[in-house]
Amino acid sequence: MTRLSTGGRIDRARPITLHFDGIKLAAYQGDTLASALLAHGVRIVNRSFKYHRPRGVFSAGVEEPNALVHLREGARGEPNTRATSIEAFDGLVSHSQSGWPSVRRDIGGLLGLFMRFMPAGFYYKTFIGPGRGTKAWMFFEHFIRKAASTAQPPMLDDPDSYEKVNAFCDTLVIGAGPAGLAAALAAGRSGARVILVDQDNALGGSLLDQPAGGAGDAWLQSVSDELHQLPNLRILTRTTAFGAYDGEVYGLIERVSDHLATPPEGQPRQRYWLVRARNAVLATGAIERPLVFGNNDLPGVMLASALRSYLNRYGVLCGQRVVLCTGNDSVYATACELASVGARVTVLDLRPTLPEALLAQAKAAGVAVRPGTAVVTAHGRRQIRGVSVATFDAVTGRTRGAASVLSCDVLGTSAGFTPTLHLWSQRGGRPVYDPQRLAFLPNTTAVPLMFCAGAALGEDGLHAAIANGFAQGAAACIAQNIGTLAPPALPSDGWRREALMPSAILAQTGDAAMPAFVDLQHDVKRSDIDLAHREGYVSVEHAKRYTTGGMATDQGKTSNVHILSRLAELRGTTLGDVGTTTFRPPYTPIAFGAIVGRELGPHFRPTRRSPMQDWHQAHGARFIDAGAWSRAWYYPQSGEDIRAAYLREAAHVRADVGIVDVSTLGKIAVQGPDAAEFLDRLYCNAFASLKVGRLRYGVMLRDDGFVFDDGTTARLGETEFLTSTTTANAGPVLARMEHLLQTAWRSMRVQVTSVSDQWGVIAVAGPKSRALLQTVCTVDLSAQALPNMAFVETQIGDVPVRVHRMSYSGELAYELYIPAGFAQEVWQILIDAGAKPYGTEAMGALRIEKGHVAGGELDGRTTLKDLALERLASRRKPFVGAVLRLRPKLEDLARPSLVGLEVLDRQTPLKSGALLFSGGKPISGHGDGYVTSTTWSPTLGGPIGLALLAYGQGRIGETIRCVDLLSGTNVACRVVAPCFVDPEGVRQNG
Amino acid sequence: MLRFSCPVCGLRDETEFTYGGDATLVRPAHDDTNADHWHDYVFLRDNPRGAHREYWHHVQGCRQWLVVERDTLTHAIGLVALARESRP
Ligand SMILES: [Zn+2]
Repeated sequence: MTRLSTGGRIDRARPITLHFDGIKLAAYQGDTLASALLAHGVRIVNRSFKYHRPRGVFSAGVEEPNALVHLREGARGEPNTRATSIEAFDGLVSHSQSGWPSVRRDIGGLLGLFMRFMPAGFYYKTFIGPGRGTKAWMFFEHFIRKAASTAQPPMLDDPDSYEKVNAFCDTLVIGAGPAGLAAALAAGRSGARVILVDQDNALGGSLLDQPAGGAGDAWLQSVSDELHQLPNLRILTRTTAFGAYDGEVYGLIERVSDHLATPPEGQPRQRYWLVRARNAVLATGAIERPLVFGNNDLPGVMLASALRSYLNRYGVLCGQRVVLCTGNDSVYATACELASVGARVTVLDLRPTLPEALLAQAKAAGVAVRPGTAVVTAHGRRQIRGVSVATFDAVTGRTRGAASVLSCDVLGTSAGFTPTLHLWSQRGGRPVYDPQRLAFLPNTTAVPLMFCAGAALGEDGLHAAIANGFAQGAAACIAQNIGTLAPPALPSDGWRREALMPSAILAQTGDAAMPAFVDLQHDVKRSDIDLAHREGYVSVEHAKRYTTGGMATDQGKTSNVHILSRLAELRGTTLGDVGTTTFRPPYTPIAFGAIVGRELGPHFRPTRRSPMQDWHQAHGARFIDAGAWSRAWYYPQSGEDIRAAYLREAAHVRADVGIVDVSTLGKIAVQGPDAAEFLDRLYCNAFASLKVGRLRYGVMLRDDGFVFDDGTTARLGETEFLTSTTTANAGPVLARMEHLLQTAWRSMRVQVTSVSDQWGVIAVAGPKSRALLQTVCTVDLSAQALPNMAFVETQIGDVPVRVHRMSYSGELAYELYIPAGFAQEVWQILIDAGAKPYGTEAMGALRIEKGHVAGGELDGRTTLKDLALERLASRRKPFVGAVLRLRPKLEDLARPSLVGLEVLDRQTPLKSGALLFSGGKPISGHGDGYVTSTTWSPTLGGPIGLALLAYGQGRIGETIRCVDLLSGTNVACRVVAPCFVDPEGVRQNG
Repeated sequence: MLRFSCPVCGLRDETEFTYGGDATLVRPAHDDTNADHWHDYVFLRDNPRGAHREYWHHVQGCRQWLVVERDTLTHAIGLVALARESRP
């Protein structure tokens, strides 16, 4: 047991039990899974990704590369969670997620024996090289992925809920360590609206790694009290600012319930905050860099700062015989504190001469210091047992001479600190290497509204960080008269004083059996970087992708600088010349569920409902999604499938009268003195000549001459039109009208307004439609009084209705425009009068029989000529698209144009998208065209379709093959004119 | 996420807008029958690095078309004006 009997910030009054691979871990409230594992001496937590080497807890924070575990079970199971940031709760269940049969006895570990044969690029070279092609890779990949130590996501639905919050503030302070607290206080005192976030469960940052109950705690308490009293300041703990976006928008994830076994009733698991800030203070601190040497991945090799964190925060002593290896001052406080609780501590300091004060401090605490030495390799099989130590040559940056062995059970290393600039980098900041401070630092003007503060800015030591944080917070709010903030009475442990660590890689001459890992999580060794360099990967971006260094779930938080420094060394240049790679969101992995929030299932997007939706639902309609709309598809009677239902519905329209809900059509009111001229310009056919009281079908093109949309327009008055669009293009057509009126044609006196939702529309179709309507309204509907393409106003029941006489089905037909709130009432009146409802499937069958174009044909790639609509195009007026539609290639008769298809055997259904081939031609390439719409024709009693066929209108009567390569069908069809029913229009005009 | 100061609605999220292309182009006169003019207007675009003017439609707001100055490199947003009031 390595849990100390006193100390730490855990709540010893609240003991809890955790489970890891079936082992019971006695722990306390306030532990993390990692501290509980260490307290129990559990050293092997995971197997490495590529070589299955045993790995243990390495850090005490989000940078953890090794201790990834599968947290919880069943639907709440979550792979790849970092044991170091999992807050312990009673009953927590976790599993190692790699290793077979177990993480401690993993057969895959034998792979480690073949490590020298599996360098960077091994898989790609072996399985994709010449003569193998991607097919071989696709075959082997399955097994390779299986062999890798990767986690399994749960395959069950997530039982938890998530929330989204939109928030606004003046200054967002990210990080509540000493600098962030100071910044928040300065900004908060100014009265600005401040949000302070920290990923930890408490304020304090690095102060929480100081001994509990000391001067740091007193300072933290007083600052925290003042912050909590500021009404203009919101504090969010357990909240990670994971992404920084344009416009000073930040994405945060608040882990509302992750520290509990299950979310309390009514509470979300996590909350996704989208914060729009005026500016931000980035006080994200710095992450310690390890040293790199032989066998540096052995369990028990840790970050020096982690040893301090486990001691002071969790009361866990990570080892009795501690070796610390460093080149800076930061580990001495750790060394002394470890010694004070009884550990035997040796510091190997790379610097040949050390400050007297430091040596005296160590001596007084009983810490042995060996100046001018460094670790060469770590020893041990399943955990560290000792280290080889040799003289460090500050000139070459390498160890030299014979090594002596020093036994130990934990090794902490520190090669310096890397400012945490991920969010700053996400906004395009490119940090610059500072050879004095041995760190990549932000150029403060690159991201103008993000103020870096404290260790993130390279400030060295506690006092400097607090002073700087306070100043940055004040600057962010242009704050004045906000007083001062005294730092705690603690030594300002400098990290970098006299540090000499450009490259942290010590193992220069170690043999191949002693690999030195630069990236622990992706098993990238120093030798892999060397190989990438030898193979010509000069750019850091390329070397990174080739070796996959820095590309694991930790995004290289402890490895990037090593990779860069090794590349710099190999190229004989400086870190500054090598440069860095760009970070992208998220800073730490986040749950998809939090991003999705409640936009799931039917809430994925709003559903648009017709004003008659309730009737359709009540009468058993089946629905189909059409864009955002949910439309009545067909109305099955008992035992009917869709085919039986729509054939019955369509046949009834041809023989009697049916009604269909077409409220989804786009409807635009076009009003103003220039409305007629406007429509004249927009549509390819004339509208100025349309008489009041009449309707006209129109087609509009895009500027490039292709067909954009079609619909019918009613002239309600001299200066007032009602234009309809296809359901899909209702939005785009209105936007286009607005664009033209507000830019190029801004002098036109026209107002366009969407009235799609104001009108319910019912199409009444069939030879008995007039008779039926005449029974429910008083206006004269005779052919003389209301010819085709005219409208009249009347009442049905008490409801004012405009009756448009027009046909989509080819039958005698009307469309009733009804104020939306009364549409269902009119629908019911028509039903009561004997009309039968039909759905969109029957409507589609009727329109295909009639040869009308719709979505399949109006796909943005067809011209008027392709669709046999060229007769509509006016030769007497300019219109949108008039010039470019006449481009020679668009006039080519070889372009596929609209035809009808009748299946010869009157049996085999056609497939939309099937390719067309002439009878004798081989089936290869793209054929002569393709099928655009298909149905079973109730009128012809067989399958029919519309298609676009090269030289189409000249090939009527030809037999052609419709080949669907996906389903393997090959159907012989006769090419016919696209209109199958009543081509002369006798019925609709009768 | 970009944010625009709509002259009508104030500072709003990009998600309320749709992009409308290059606002520096001048649409040929409606009755222009020169195919080259239309070809250039429809198909030719510069790809500037830095300052640019482009149309954004406040489609979920006031439905005004805006001319937005945006730096294509930094995404910094400059002046935002109503298209109907900006120079053609
Ligand atoms: Zn607006």
